[in-house]
Formats: sequence, C-alpha cells, structure tokens
Amino acid sequence: MTPHLSVMAADGGINGVALGVLIALFLLVSVAGFMASRFQRGESLESLDEWGLGGRRFGTWITWFLLGGDLYTAYTFVAVPAAMFATGAVAGFFAVPYTIVLYPIIFIFMARLWSVSHRHGYVTTADFVRGRYDSRGLSLAVAVTGFVATMPYIALQLVGIQAVLEVAGVGGGDNIIAKDAPLFIAFAVLAAFTYSSGLRAPAVIAFVKDILIYLVIIVAVIYLPGQVGGWDNIFGSAQEKMTTVNEATGKPTGAFLPGVGAGWAYATLALGSAMALFMYPHSVTASLSSSSRNTIRRNAAILPAYSFVLGLLALLGWVAIAAGTQPIGLDGQPNAQLVIPQLFEDMFPAWFAGVAFAAIAIGALVPAAIMSIAAANTFSRNIYKEWLKPDATPKQEAKVSKLMSLLVKAFALVFVLTLDKQNAINFQLLGGIWILQTFPAVVFSLFTRWFHRWALLAGWAVSMVYGTVEAYQVINPVTGKHFGGSLALVPGLDQMGYIAMTAFVINLVIAVVLSAILNAVKVSNGSDETVPFDYFADADDPRVQKDLAQHGAHDEPYGDPDDVPGNAPAR
Amino acid sequence: MNSGNPPQQTRPDQGPPPTDKTKMAIAAVLLMIPIVALLWVPSYAKADPELFGFPFFFWYQFLWVFICSALTWTAYRLTLSARGKGSRPAGEDR
Repeated sequence: MTPHLSVMAADGGINGVALGVLIALFLLVSVAGFMASRFQRGESLESLDEWGLGGRRFGTWITWFLLGGDLYTAYTFVAVPAAMFATGAVAGFFAVPYTIVLYPIIFIFMARLWSVSHRHGYVTTADFVRGRYDSRGLSLAVAVTGFVATMPYIALQLVGIQAVLEVAGVGGGDNIIAKDAPLFIAFAVLAAFTYSSGLRAPAVIAFVKDILIYLVIIVAVIYLPGQVGGWDNIFGSAQEKMTTVNEATGKPTGAFLPGVGAGWAYATLALGSAMALFMYPHSVTASLSSSSRNTIRRNAAILPAYSFVLGLLALLGWVAIAAGTQPIGLDGQPNAQLVIPQLFEDMFPAWFAGVAFAAIAIGALVPAAIMSIAAANTFSRNIYKEWLKPDATPKQEAKVSKLMSLLVKAFALVFVLTLDKQNAINFQLLGGIWILQTFPAVVFSLFTRWFHRWALLAGWAVSMVYGTVEAYQVINPVTGKHFGGSLALVPGLDQMGYIAMTAFVINLVIAVVLSAILNAVKVSNGSDETVPFDYFADADDPRVQKDLAQHGAHDEPYGDPDDVPGNAPAR
Repeated sequence: MNSGNPPQQTRPDQGPPPTDKTKMAIAAVLLMIPIVALLWVPSYAKADPELFGFPFFFWYQFLWVFICSALTWTAYRLTLSARGKGSRPAGEDR
C-alpha cells in the first residue's frame, strides 16, 4: 500500500518512525489478543456466555481494567480534547462531572442487576426486562435500542483510529480508496481479533493499553504544559480563542467557562451521559463479568482515578491552542479531531509520537471490540433466539453473535462515512439520546414493579421518536448537515439542554401517568419471575454459584432449569 | 454490628436479607452529595480563586474526583456493614 499512498499523502508526509512504532505496537497487541483466548479459559469458546462474558470470573482488578476500557476510548483521547479545542468548556469539559457522578449512580443500581442476573442467568438488560415483566415487546425495545445506540459509539472509535493514521500520514487523499484505507484496515484488524477470541482479547489488551495510555498521559501532562509556557498561558490562550468572534456564526468561538444560561446544558450533558453509559450493552457485559456483587461497588470507588486523567486529557485540547497546533487533514481542510495526534507529532520525538499514536489507536480498538461483542450478544439472545429461531442451540447462538459483531461494526463504518465526523463527540451523544430511553424500564424496574410494562413501552417509543427528531433538526451552522449537535431548547425553559435528558423526562412522565391509569384499571402487568431476594444474592448464594460455575464451561441452554421456586425457566 | 448476629434466613429464596436501614440511608445521602454538587453548575462556573494557574472551575471539579471516591468508598463499607457482611465480602477472588 505504501507507494501510491505516499503520493496521496505528500501534503502531510508520512512520519516513518512514528508509523513504524505504531504498527509494531499494534501487531504486538493483536498477537496478545489472539493468545488471550487461552487466558483463564473454560472448556470451549463455543457457547455464547464463554465467548461473550469471559466465563464471568473476573475479579476487582481485571474488572477495573475492563470498565476502564469502556471509559478510556477515542472519546477521551480524541473527541473530548477536540471539542475543547474547537468550542470550549461546555462542549468538552462536561465529560469530567459526567465520569464523576457516573459512579454514585452505578453504585446504586448495578449490584442489584448483578445479583438478579446471576440468579436467573441473564446476560443482557433485555433478558432482565423479559423476566421482570414477562413482556417480549418491552424486551425487544430494550434490545433494539442497545444494538442501535452502540453503533455511533463504535463509529467514534473508528474516527479515533482514523485520526491517528491520518496524522501519521496514511491515507486521507482525494482518492476514495486511499482516503478511507486506514479506516478499513483498522476495521479489519478489529474484526479479526474480536471474532477469534471474544471478550478475553480486550481484557488482556486492556492491560497493555492502560500501561501505554498512562505512560503517554503522564509524559504529556508533565512535559507539554511547560513547553507552551505553563498553565497560565494555556488558559490565557484558550480564553482568547474562545472569546474571538467566529466569522461563520457571528458568535464567540466557544465558552471558556459555562456562562449564564449554559449551566443547564453543562449539567444535563453530564447527567444524561452518566445515566446513559451503564445502559449500553458493553457496560452491562463488563459489569456482569465481575466475580461478585461487591466487585462493582468497590470498583465504583476506585474508578474515579480515570476521571482525573480524563480531565487532564480534555485540557490537552487547550494545550494545543497555546501550542498553536494546526490540525489540517491530508485533504487540506482543518479538522479538529486531528488536534491531539497532531499536537503529539509536533511536540514529541518521532518514536514517542509513535507510542502515543499506538496508545490512542489501541485505546479505540479495545472498547470498539467490547462494544461490538456486547451489542452482538444482545442481538443473538433477545432478537435472534427470542423472535427468529427459538430452538437455536447455544452453538448456533454463539455463531450468530460472532456474525453480528461484524455487522454492528459495519454499521458503525456507515455512520463514520455518512455523518459529520468533524464533531465526533456528537456520535457518543447521539447514542446517549437513544440508550438513555431504556433507563426507566431497566433501572426503575430493579427497585419497583409499580411501573406498568405498556406504560414503559409507550414512554420509550415516544421519547425515542422525540429524541431522534430533535437531534436530526440540529443543523451544523458551518457544514449545514443534520445531526449537527445534541443540544436543543428545552420546551418551556428557554434554555439549551441535552436532548437525551429532555426526552428522558418526557419518557418518565408518560410512564408514570400511564402506569397510574393502567394499574388503576387493573390491566395485567405480566408475571414476575424474580423474587425480592434475587436482588441481594451474592457469590456465596448456591444458585449464583451454580450460575457462575455453569456459565464458566457449559453447553446447556440458558436459565436454571431446576426445581427451586421462583426460578427462571429454561430458554 | 453490635447487636449480635443477624437472624438466619430460613427461606433465603423469599425476601430481602436483614438490613440496617439507617446505614443504608446514610450511604444513599453520601452518594447523592457529589451528584448534587456537580450538577449545581452556577456554584462553580467562575475563574477565581485560581490554584496553580488553574481557574476555580477546573480545579474544583478535579477536587471532586477525590471527594467522590472517598464518599463512594465510605458508602461501600456502610452497605457491607448494613447487611452484616463485615470485612469479608463473599466470593471475592482478589
């Protein structure tokens, strides 16, 4: 590929050393991924649970790395700093309060979800909803949402890998094939190792990735600020840029601090993102693969270490302002998404720029793998087996899962190729608008059965449509494209807010009002296969132990087909 | 727990385990504190006082990383103790 690509890339030039280091580390990690299928393995990777949940035997530290893999993504390395660089604190720094309030929120409900899932053999939130309400419709709604909302999130990871390759000088020309070649290469590598070793691959690679990332971050936040005149100068330059009037819009470029009226946007972006994150199938997968109920709660106390570093990474977007970084794509157009790789290339020696590129690329690869596996699990269990082929064997189910993990990545590729990738953070926010609408059906149902299944379904449907329409109507003032952002006027408040939260409130109001009506007229709310104790069971519970043992190496159908009262029927 | 062992559950498959409600309520309050503090944006959307060159807005939120971590850890210990689990979480393979 090199000869003609180097011509296409003549403009930016290939950084040979950096690219060499990047490729070497990438290969190293890929090999580790393939070998990972031997790590703590059960008898076979044939069954879905074994392939998708790593046999559910991960303790505190591996879970910490796995969950960290969900957080340290191209979102933190590319999208958030790019948003800080382009439009300032409201668009970017909300990620810090987002990842702080996240942990109290998951502390509250995730342990209950772990317990009930292991008592009944649930692998997805849709499984739980199905068991709780005996409602295939509501379960399907949750499953479809999880599957669809994951796509833009994976798309964000692909944008991250592409940004690194573009700055390293690969592809990016006018030629259609050369332009997207790095994207397709990254896609192929990701697909190959996910396909062959399941969740274990990302778990092992997560270690390598975190070591690389911490190395790069420590060097970056210690070394770079001094090079550009210290934090005083960084904040000064950022303030100057953000208050300058943008010619395209006639407004200030961005926000140095959230001004009067922007606090609402900042708070709803943070809260909406935090409530949404652990509704994604991949976050649920990672949480359920921990070995005890309390692993998650202990993790909630140690995971904020990630948030601190995320904040420093966000500020690298402003370091780049002070450094005068010019993120120009190989097509000659400015592209804010390239700002961090470009900053690293400008400021670091070539070999270390290569290490940094590898950290970003692998940091996008791991979550993309985890996300696609989890979305695929949701599809095979809750759509394929539930609706298309109820008598599917675990082996067939695992096979469909593997194929769907490819398909979901292909859809993500479509998102990258069609939507505006200049504002990559918006991919994640768009996914959040959708996935947040499953929150009432999942989280509220962990605590109460007051909500009616049809009311939850109606709330979900209306808020999904509302959220999608509102997001479509946001037009980027510069490019004129739809889905240009995720903030809109909150009806009746005259303030901008995250569309996901507005839709969530609508969802909730409908669910409450309709539940009250349906409960009053005594419409059947289905049968509940769970009992209160299910929500408290820990790894010392015999049925949980049985579930943990069975799912380690089994080729039996799902559920616990024994005679314990209140138990799940075999599915 | 200073009131002896919690009563043994005869039918563990039925109801929730015995729980110290006060401790759970305190844990819930501890968990709500960072959420309320960080969503109350006007309380910290300002530049002064600075710390090591960082405007207040930024260092204040960094500070909350540690406060939140401490609060969550305390809430974690409280929930363990509220259910009589003491210091030995079951099934932990660490």
